[in-house]
Amino acid sequence: MNDMCQPPALAAAAEPFAARDYKSDYKPIWCPGCGDYTVLNSVTRALSIVQRPPHEVAVVSGIGCSSRIPAYTACYGFHGVHGRALAAATGLKVARPDLTVLVASGDGDGYSIGGNHFLHACRRNVDLTYIVMDNHVYGMTKGQPSPTTEPDWDSKLSPGGTGVRSFHPLVIALASGANFVARCFSGDQNTTAEIIAAGIRHPGFSFIEILSPCVTFRPEQRGWKDLVHPASVAPTDDPARAAKRIMTDDGFNIGILYAGHRAPYGGGPVPATRTPEEIGEEFAL
Amino acid sequence: MDASITTEQPARAAPAHRLDSVSLAIAGSGGSGVMTAGTWLLDAAARSGLYGLMVRTSGPQIRGGEAAALLRLGTAQLESLDDAFDVLLAIDWQNVHRFADEIPLRADGLLVCDADAGEVPEVFRATGAKVIALPLKKMAKAHPGSWINMLALGITGTLAGLAIEPLEDAVRAGWKRDGEVLQANLRALRAGAEAVAAHALVQRPPAPPSQRRWLLSGNEAAGFGALRGGVRFVAAYPITPATELLEWMAPALAQAGGCLLQAEDELASINMIIGASFGGVPSLTATAGPGLALMTEGIGLAVAAEVPIVVVDVMRGGPSTGIPAKSEQSDLSFAVGGLHGDAPRLVLAPTSISDCAATTQWAVELAEALQAPAIVLSDQFMGQSRAIVAAPELPPPAARRLLAEPHAPDYKRYRDTPSGVSPMAIPGAPGTTYTADGLEHTEAAIPSSQARDHARQLDKRLRKLTGHDYGARWADIEGDGPLAVITFGSASGPVHEAARRAAAQGVPLKRVTLRLLAPLEPELLAQALAGVERVMVVEQNHGAQLLRYLRGIADLPHPHSFHKPGPLPLRPAEICAALVEWAARQEQTA
Repeated sequence: MNDMCQPPALAAAAEPFAARDYKSDYKPIWCPGCGDYTVLNSVTRALSIVQRPPHEVAVVSGIGCSSRIPAYTACYGFHGVHGRALAAATGLKVARPDLTVLVASGDGDGYSIGGNHFLHACRRNVDLTYIVMDNHVYGMTKGQPSPTTEPDWDSKLSPGGTGVRSFHPLVIALASGANFVARCFSGDQNTTAEIIAAGIRHPGFSFIEILSPCVTFRPEQRGWKDLVHPASVAPTDDPARAAKRIMTDDGFNIGILYAGHRAPYGGGPVPATRTPEEIGEEFAL
Repeated sequence: MDASITTEQPARAAPAHRLDSVSLAIAGSGGSGVMTAGTWLLDAAARSGLYGLMVRTSGPQIRGGEAAALLRLGTAQLESLDDAFDVLLAIDWQNVHRFADEIPLRADGLLVCDADAGEVPEVFRATGAKVIALPLKKMAKAHPGSWINMLALGITGTLAGLAIEPLEDAVRAGWKRDGEVLQANLRALRAGAEAVAAHALVQRPPAPPSQRRWLLSGNEAAGFGALRGGVRFVAAYPITPATELLEWMAPALAQAGGCLLQAEDELASINMIIGASFGGVPSLTATAGPGLALMTEGIGLAVAAEVPIVVVDVMRGGPSTGIPAKSEQSDLSFAVGGLHGDAPRLVLAPTSISDCAATTQWAVELAEALQAPAIVLSDQFMGQSRAIVAAPELPPPAARRLLAEPHAPDYKRYRDTPSGVSPMAIPGAPGTTYTADGLEHTEAAIPSSQARDHARQLDKRLRKLTGHDYGARWADIEGDGPLAVITFGSASGPVHEAARRAAAQGVPLKRVTLRLLAPLEPELLAQALAGVERVMVVEQNHGAQLLRYLRGIADLPHPHSFHKPGPLPLRPAEICAALVEWAARQEQTA
């Protein structure tokens, strides 16, 4: 009997999955030099660290350059509509808690059109791993300002800059209740893979901001590789302390910045106790 | 001592038609308990072996303001309010005059009110109904702890011919806890009953019913149908008048092994259920017009990504936030045509409160079988009305999603099959991973902007809906003759009653009650109208939306429209008059 009930995890352990096992054969459409190539590598590396079989992982996205990631993995993928990736992923994970669910987004998709869902995903604390590739620009629609764009950045749509202050996703995530907050740099694949793996393993909503340069519309972002540096202190589980550190750092501090202990979302399916027919009998006179 | 009754007229025997059904309205300011009194009156009617219907109506607010419970009780199943009311009980006059159009009183009807609540508004006095002014507040005070609405329950129940025992049982069942307060209210109930005993409209005790009966609202029936159909995940945002469907489903889903999630908005709701259904769990959301408007992008995604979902739209007056708590059938055009791109979708409409169960169950089954979104068009009248109905005969659940075999060789999620339905792989199944996509795609689910891929997928998505055999359930076709009346949704009840009355006046009609509004195949419509020379389309909206939609599908023979917007309910008499006049007018010109 026991032989027949062998759990899949043991079968997986016999033959470990490599990062390439999580990659599909499709060629990315990204521009040469795009930071998202290395984010893709980090995602597949992270999955090989976690060792969840590819078919038990779902990668959900909205719209934009970053949101093309699902098709480039060998996992189940869902490429939905602009800004709604977190909603689709929430429905999937709540209905199917047995799956590992990653969400891939960008700064426009995740913080602008999807801003409301971001707040509520943080406070709902469903066990998702939310990866946002932030390049401070709308790349797919050719160079408009995003919520994280500097107020004085000049563009065709906002000549001279928007004059609007930048969104601070990490602090907003903390204030909204995210259970794991990290910042990564796409050029540092090893660290990024380790942090994504840690986010997947951490219960509840994990938010991972990845600085991922857009070399086409923001070529100056090539310089990010010289600005990023590892966080000088260990992650904290105190959201107030984490918020103060993040508010006062230089924006290029890389690492897990907060890891909390909130219990994940408590909803989800429960074992059935009655059939629909039995429930319907309540209507009978 | 009965000095409180201001009229000296003796009680009259009720006219014969009142024995088939009696119509009562209980009105008052919000919080006065009229809905509770109405609900328990319906319960007492159920305990008396009757059938019945209770419609809720309120002012522009959801809480507070004025409210009225409109009831019709009878010895056979009722699907519509009557043309006028036999009884109006007004607990107070706070804005109750706003219901004058909704509660037309018969000239020989009864108006019961508090003698100390001020003048009877002219609009009600003008009906000629007999006024029975009782010191309601004082009578309630005589039983400390009692509620004035329990007096109202005793009064209306007695006028409708109910015995005191079922009324008391209804109060006990609704109160749940025994104690002095319950006893005080039971005394108030009896005081109300005694005060009007001489005026009872119905004297004959009802015959025991010959069928099993259920007591439920259209929203509950729709939720039950969804549960039977296999729905195990619901995400939704509260909105009047759909919320009760969600409130019924939350505990029911938990008992059936599913769950409900309150989303942050309708955009989240629709995408959450798409995500859950992508995960293999049949999923539903319920909303009203403003919410449906927000969901359209997501419904289009379900079309493109071929993810089955069900959206129950409990229609209310529109456009915009319109009239939240009153009924209209004005989302039809939006439901059948409101998505961008060529987006084939299923649109169904229950034909009665009872049919909300079977049609919602069918919607789940069609969505699952065809991997497409299904919109169910209920409305406030159906959704929020409670009814005593014959226990519905529901078909056994038949929801089946065509699933891919694990490790299926050369698996292509959007393979163009003869039926257009492609096997769907569910996350967790080995060897069939793919990425579902709202972007146009190839058969292998790779984004594509090529004309050939687009045309092929458009054809496939349309063919799977139009090529499906929906059987005979697409419409209820009854009666015969050269004149036909077509309707849908909650207009069906008044239309059926009007058609019966017209037939009694020598105007037989064929009745086509649509249940599947999209896809609606011209051949089926032509078959249904074979031999029909003229057709009238009846609906509750300002733009004759059903008529326009049908004319876009088929050439209707000499089409004529009866349409009017909400929030006043469609009345059998006005439809009957229109049918009879229409039949006669055309005869003269023929």
